[in-house]
Order: sequence, then structure tokens, then C-alpha cells
Amino acid sequence: MSDVGIGKAVKRKEDKRFITGKGKYTDDIRVENQAYAAFVRSPHAHATVKGINADKARAMPGVIEVLDGHQLTGDGIGNLICGWAISSKDGSPMNMGAWSALATEKVRYAGDAVAVVIAESTNEARLAAEAVEVSYDVHPAVVHADKAMAAGAPQVHENAPGNMIYDWGIGEEADVDAALASSAHITEMEITNNRLAPNAMEPRSALAIFDGAEDHYTLYTTSQNPHVARLVLSAFYQVAPEHKLRVIAPDVGGGFGSKIYIYPEEITCLWASMKTGRSVKWTSDRSEAFLTDAHGRDHITTAKMGFDASGKVTAFKVDTIANFGAYMSLFSSAVPTYLYATLLSGQYNIANIYCNVRAVYSNTAPVDAYRGAGRPEACYLIERMMETAAREMGKDPGALRRANFIESFPHQTPVIMAYDAGDFGGNLDKALAAADVPGFAARKAEAAARGKLRGIGYSCYIEACGIAPSAAVGSLGAGVGLWESAEVRVNPVGTIEVLTGSHSHGQGHETTFAQIVAERFDLPIENVQIVHGDTDKVQMGMGTYGSRSGAVGMSAIVKAMDKVEAKVKKIAAHALEASEDDIVIEGGEVKVAGTDKAMGWHEVGLSAYTAHNLPPDMEPGLKEGAFYDPVNFTFPAGAYIAEVEVDPETGVTEIVQFTAADDFGTIINPMIVEGQVHGGVAQGIGQAMLENVVYSEEGQLISGSFMDYTMPRADDVPFYTIEHNTTVCPGNPLGIKGCGEAGAIGAPPAVINAITDAIGTNDLSMPATPQAVWAALQASGQAMAAE
Amino acid sequence: MTSVTMTINGKSVSGHVEDNVLLVQFLREAQRLTGTHVGCDTSQCGACVVHMNGQAVKACTMLAVQANGADLTTIEGLADGADLHPMQKAFNDNHGLQCGFCTPGMIMSGVDMVARYKAEGRELTEEAIRHELEGNICRCTGYHNIVKSIQQAAAEM
Repeated sequence: MSDVGIGKAVKRKEDKRFITGKGKYTDDIRVENQAYAAFVRSPHAHATVKGINADKARAMPGVIEVLDGHQLTGDGIGNLICGWAISSKDGSPMNMGAWSALATEKVRYAGDAVAVVIAESTNEARLAAEAVEVSYDVHPAVVHADKAMAAGAPQVHENAPGNMIYDWGIGEEADVDAALASSAHITEMEITNNRLAPNAMEPRSALAIFDGAEDHYTLYTTSQNPHVARLVLSAFYQVAPEHKLRVIAPDVGGGFGSKIYIYPEEITCLWASMKTGRSVKWTSDRSEAFLTDAHGRDHITTAKMGFDASGKVTAFKVDTIANFGAYMSLFSSAVPTYLYATLLSGQYNIANIYCNVRAVYSNTAPVDAYRGAGRPEACYLIERMMETAAREMGKDPGALRRANFIESFPHQTPVIMAYDAGDFGGNLDKALAAADVPGFAARKAEAAARGKLRGIGYSCYIEACGIAPSAAVGSLGAGVGLWESAEVRVNPVGTIEVLTGSHSHGQGHETTFAQIVAERFDLPIENVQIVHGDTDKVQMGMGTYGSRSGAVGMSAIVKAMDKVEAKVKKIAAHALEASEDDIVIEGGEVKVAGTDKAMGWHEVGLSAYTAHNLPPDMEPGLKEGAFYDPVNFTFPAGAYIAEVEVDPETGVTEIVQFTAADDFGTIINPMIVEGQVHGGVAQGIGQAMLENVVYSEEGQLISGSFMDYTMPRADDVPFYTIEHNTTVCPGNPLGIKGCGEAGAIGAPPAVINAITDAIGTNDLSMPATPQAVWAALQASGQAMAAE
Repeated sequence: MTSVTMTINGKSVSGHVEDNVLLVQFLREAQRLTGTHVGCDTSQCGACVVHMNGQAVKACTMLAVQANGADLTTIEGLADGADLHPMQKAFNDNHGLQCGFCTPGMIMSGVDMVARYKAEGRELTEEAIRHELEGNICRCTGYHNIVKSIQQAAAEM
């Protein structure tokens, strides 16, 4: 049975329902008495709501009710919150503007909801929503972060003068300035990190069911963290106390961060189901998703990196403006601070780092964590600076990085993080070999003979996963603890249910988590069932984001298994009249080592529940729970190499080779881990070459559909080459670091470094569309050289 | 309301539908065949692909009344009882899915492209598969294992 254990590419248990059309996503669920919601949204990016007239809508076929924000706040539904408190350099708290689920006085971005229609069908609800008349007093809008900070810019929230949410810093600025002043070379760049739309393929959805007899609510919803949703809906939005609210996140079709948050629509559906006495379902369409799902990235950064004469980094100074959109989403404040600035040491030994981050409001959709969340922005900055510095100093980009690699661990950076383990040189070696870098010159010459410009680019990324420990993040402002919980329940027949607070929305937990249980108790994997996503079944949980389910979620399962194993051994030792120390679990049996005395695994399970022959004072039953709180972040790292060919006539760029060499610590299922890298890299390539959220100056979303926002298609990406270089994480029992975000973090700079290598200029921004590449090529003078 | 009759997954189905009801709404809401998904509103993503009279169509792009008299196969009707279609098996074998939301559309498009290329005697190369998938968007897999799945199924079908 070791063929299903740690390190084995076990095919996924959950696939069958998805490939046969039997998956159960929120919109697939229908209950008795179900009605449908459609939201009335502001067409303006910034306006005062003068009045809402729903008379016409109320009279339309199928309409049950039209509700607005005054009714919602009148019923005591609380404003949306941001769960991480960040203070400015001067000690003042962040300026959080009020965000009501349905706007009352003011709308602050195009898509802000002002009312909701409940009707007998989706089509009737939508038609009626269009008939709700809202009169607005339209104000000037501001969409870009730098313009939002300018004097005289439109004010998004009255309590945030200059649209400033916080002006935060980390590191010793004077030391950094002094080190820069004495540097032999300084590389200086202005870097934008483009705004992205997460675009999980399943749009958000909510189905709220109010049971008036019990004053109880059930919410089916597209969530990465149903327990967090229940906590926030209860404690802050006052929808219902936690024991009267069940949140179920059934099959969820991708998240990438966008389904962490509790949005206005879920709150409104719950409240509307109480108001109308009907079960209320809302399912976003893609246009609404583009308008209202929390976007990602959107940084403008200027940075200076100093080097001594030998090429060692002396100092890194970073000034970043982060666009938060119209409201502070749930974890928005942590993204450009503790998930970004703390990673600015990269893989390098840098003694002096200072980062200033100014977070500002604008009249755009809220911005929050999207796959990688802060770490892609840090990696993109560092790795573009490194590559550019190597070119400026005439050094090999791999050698420059290698000269600066951290080589001994643990390593304390100047920006909080203490890296626990890694082998950065080994990662780069693997990537260089797999990418056949020595053969690049010949490939470049061959491409040139075909009229193509071939380029190669590196990226050596590090990230921080399994965000923790709880006490540490609490001291940095987090409103929650970042542990995970698990319960391992051995049934009387010996089968096992594992209840986990992690949530799978594509990651394959039903297989991976079952593998560690099957291996531990040497049982068929079919005998293990993973239960997740339901607050009535799983006691507690913090959910899945930040690549935490392996490092934190599975560690909790291991802790619970430790307790189960101890009890199993006690039961068997008592029944078999042996010492606990001599009991071994293998081959479906619990044995006394070196003898023929044994019980079947199922017999131990049964005896735990019959309780006819247990040790004195032992409680019956065989289920154990555990909470696991990590001792440190984990630090996945790797080296990525992209190779591209640019058509100088058109700027069309093809990724001809992409190599990823990752160190994820222990790998449970390499097939699933590589799948995570594939998907992450594709999202990284998307950011680098295709994707961009664009607003007009008036705040209208220009890139509001898949016709306008370019998602990576199958013919935009190559087959990827994946290598592993494992150093075990010392911080958790399985040695796992995490793999979910690496691709999206590491890929963008590798791609841009490759394109800029091909076209001979460092002046290129994401997304590197054919037009952008062509224009950069014209400016660089390489175009003529290529002809 | 218009009355329609069609064959869905081998069964004859009749019903009355509003003229503005899309085929995908009819399948999901009236027939409760929820394996066909809706991932966009501009006919780009392909999560709703079904077969109509042997050809792949996007069920979000036509009205239910336009399918009157048609023979439809959805993802629920692809397997032969307990025996998975080679394309379904290939997606499991090759980890061709993660969240599973785009998967029904990917599988239905995959079956259609393999059948078309076979009928036309053309080789379904990697490049051709990637080009043929331009109407199907996946956000999870980076397409690597989807392409491999279709390659495997093409060899077996």
C-alpha cells in the first residue's frame, strides 16, 4: 500500500464527479422555496445617491421584493471590515472608510451595489433590476494611485485625506541611504505591477436559506474559508450569531484569493432571505465578476539597488504606491506590507533594506490578495532589478545572483523574515541544466537566421507561505489566528474520516490528505475520506490561501494522527497483553512486533467503540482533534528560466521554453504539485504578456469581459519543464513548504527579463503585448539591427 | 412559452420554455443537468460546451427553442454506464483538471476535436490541440495536462 504514500503520484479521488458532470457547485444547488437575486449597481465610479425609485420594478412579473441600503443598515447589518490593522510610520491607525453592503449615501466605484431585486427567476430579477431608477449626482473620479495622491484629487472617503489609507515603512532608512551613497553602482528603476482580475472559472455564488422557526441561516457559497466567512458574517456584519449560521462551501471552482473575502452579495442574500422568507440565490455573471471581484496587484514602485565593486548588493531602497480601490477589502492592508516588503531580501544577502508603502483609495474595484499576494510584486521588483543590474555592470545574470545568494540557514533578513532552509544555488544549477543554457547562443543564432529575436531571462524567487505563528501575526495587526484544525475519526469498522479546516477548490486535498493518512496507518486510500467545507461538520478552520494547506492544514492532521496512533497502541497493547512500545501498525493490522500476536485495524476500531476491553480509565471512542499553529513561515524558493522569440516585425512574442526548478520541501503528490506549478506559471505568463485591468479616466471598466481582458489560452503557453530540488522544511512535521503560488510569483520577471534580453532594452512594462514589445523595440534601436 | 421536444443523452424530453431562455439555462434549470457550466456571458470560456447533432456547440450561445428537435449529449451522457469515455479517463490519468469547473466543456470540446480530425484524416498535433482549445478557458491547469489528456484520448479513441 506504499504506492499511495508520501511522494507517490496518486490519481485524484475527486476527479470522478467532475469528469462525469456530477460536481456540486453552489449554483448547482436548488432548494425549496428558492428565489433569485439581482443587484442594482452604480454605473458611475463616483456619485452621490439622490434617490431610488423601485415602483416600476416592483410591478414587474415575478418580482418579490426590492431592498436598498437604508433598509439593510436599518436592520443593523454592519459595514464590511478589513481584518488586518496597519499603522502609519507616525503611529496613526489606517484610515478605513465605511463600506456598506448596499451603498446608501455615496457610490465609490462602477459596480457598487445600491439595491437588490428578489424575483422568481434569474431573468425576471435581472429585468427588474434594470428597471430600478436610481438618480445620482455624479462626481469626478480618480482611478490611478499616483493621481489619487495628488493635491486636489477627488476624495473617495472623507476620513482619508489625500486618499491616504496609510503611509507605512519598514527598515532603517538612514542606514540604507548611507550604504547607497558609498555604493560603486546603483541600479534605479520605476516598475509598475499591473492590476489583474482573478477570474476563477466559477463565478461567485451564494444561496441563503433562512429558517424562521429556528432563527437559523444556512449559506452555500463559493468560499475558500467557510469558517472565516461565518465568523465575519456573525461577529462584524451581525447577520446571525455563529451558532445560528451554517456556512457550506461545496465544490468551488477555483479561488486564487478572490474567494477568501466576504462580499456584499453574500451578506445581502442572507439578510434578504430573512426579509422575504424565501431562500435567495445569487450567481455572478462574468461581467459582474470583472466589476466586483477583488482585483490583484496594482503597484507603482521606484527603487534603488546598490552594489559594491565586486557585485555584492549593499542596499535596497523601495518606494511603493499601492492602489486599494474604493474600499479596504478583508486582507487588503496586509498585502503590500507584511506579504510584500518582508520579502524584499529575495534570495540575497542584503544588509540594508528600507521600504515605504503608501496605500491609497481610488474609484475602482477593491484590491486584495490574488495568487501570490505581495510576493509576486516583491519578486518582480527584485528580479528585474537584478537582471538589469547585471546588464548595466556587464555581469552574467546567473553569476551576479549566485554571488549574492544566502548560503547558510537560518538567515535573518533585515525585513522580519527568518529563512529556515534552502539551496538557492542548487535550484539555479538544476534550472540552468534543464534549460540547456550553454546551448542558448546556438539557439539564438538559429532564431536570428529565421528573422526572430531570441532572449533568455532568469528569476530566482522566494516566497513565504503558511503565514504564522498566530501570536506573531497578531502582533503585526492580524485580526485572526492562522492555525489550522483537524479531526481524525476512526469508525467502528476501521474506515477513517478526516475533518479539515482547509478547503479544496482545485488543489486535490481529497487525494493528498488521504495519502498521508493511508501511509501512516497502512490502509487502502479508499478507506480514507476527507471532509471539508461545512461549518456544521468541521469544528473550526482558517481555510485555504497563501499555500497554507500543506504546511499548516496537513500538520494539524499529523498532530491528530499522532493522538490516534497513541490510543490505538494503548488499546492493542491492553488487548494483546503487550507493551505499547512493542506495538506496530502495518498491513491493516496492529501487531506485537516480532510475534504472531495481532489484531485487525478494524478490530481496534470496533473495540474502541464497544468499550468491552479497554485499558482502565480510557474513554471509549477513537477520534482525535488537533489545532496546529506553525512556528514560522515556510519559504518555498526556486529558479525559473524563460526563453522567448520575438518577431521584430510585429512584436508578437512566443514563449518557446519555460523551466521551473522549485524547492517546495517534502512533496506528497508530485503530479498535483506539478499541476500547481503549471497553473501558477500560466497565470504568471498571463500577467507578464496578456492580462491588464484597464479603467477609463472616468472610472469605467474597459477590460470588462473575456473579449477585452486577455486570459491565457492553450496556444499562449508551452509545455513546461519542471524540476525539483528539495530541502526539507524544519518547521513542520512533514517538512512541507507549499507550492500553490510559486508559479505566479516566479514567472513574470523571468518572462520580462527574457523579452528585454531579446529586444535589447530594459524599458518594458507588463503586460508585454505585441504592441508594447514592438514599441519598446523601436525605441531600443534593436529593430533596425534585426532587419 | 414555446413547447419544445429534444433528445438529451438518449432520452426524449419535452417542455415549455420562455423564448428568452438559453439552452444552457434549460439544461441546468429545467432538466437539472448541472454538469454543463456557465463561466462567462460572452461565449468565450467554453464551460457550457455540449454536443448537438454530433457537433460541439456553446449552450450559452443559443436559445432553448433553437434546439427543438435536436439530439443533444451533455457531459452526463458521455460515459457508457459505468465505463468512462476515453476522454474522461484521460483527464483523470493525466491530472487534466483541478477545480473541475471548465472540465465538462474541455472534455466535450476534446471529444469533438478528436472526432473531427479523425473523420477528416488529419493528425491532431499538439499545436492543433492548442489552437482548437481557443474557445475553452482554464484558469487552474496552465493547459499542460489538458493537452496531454487530449493527446492520450486521441490515441485511444
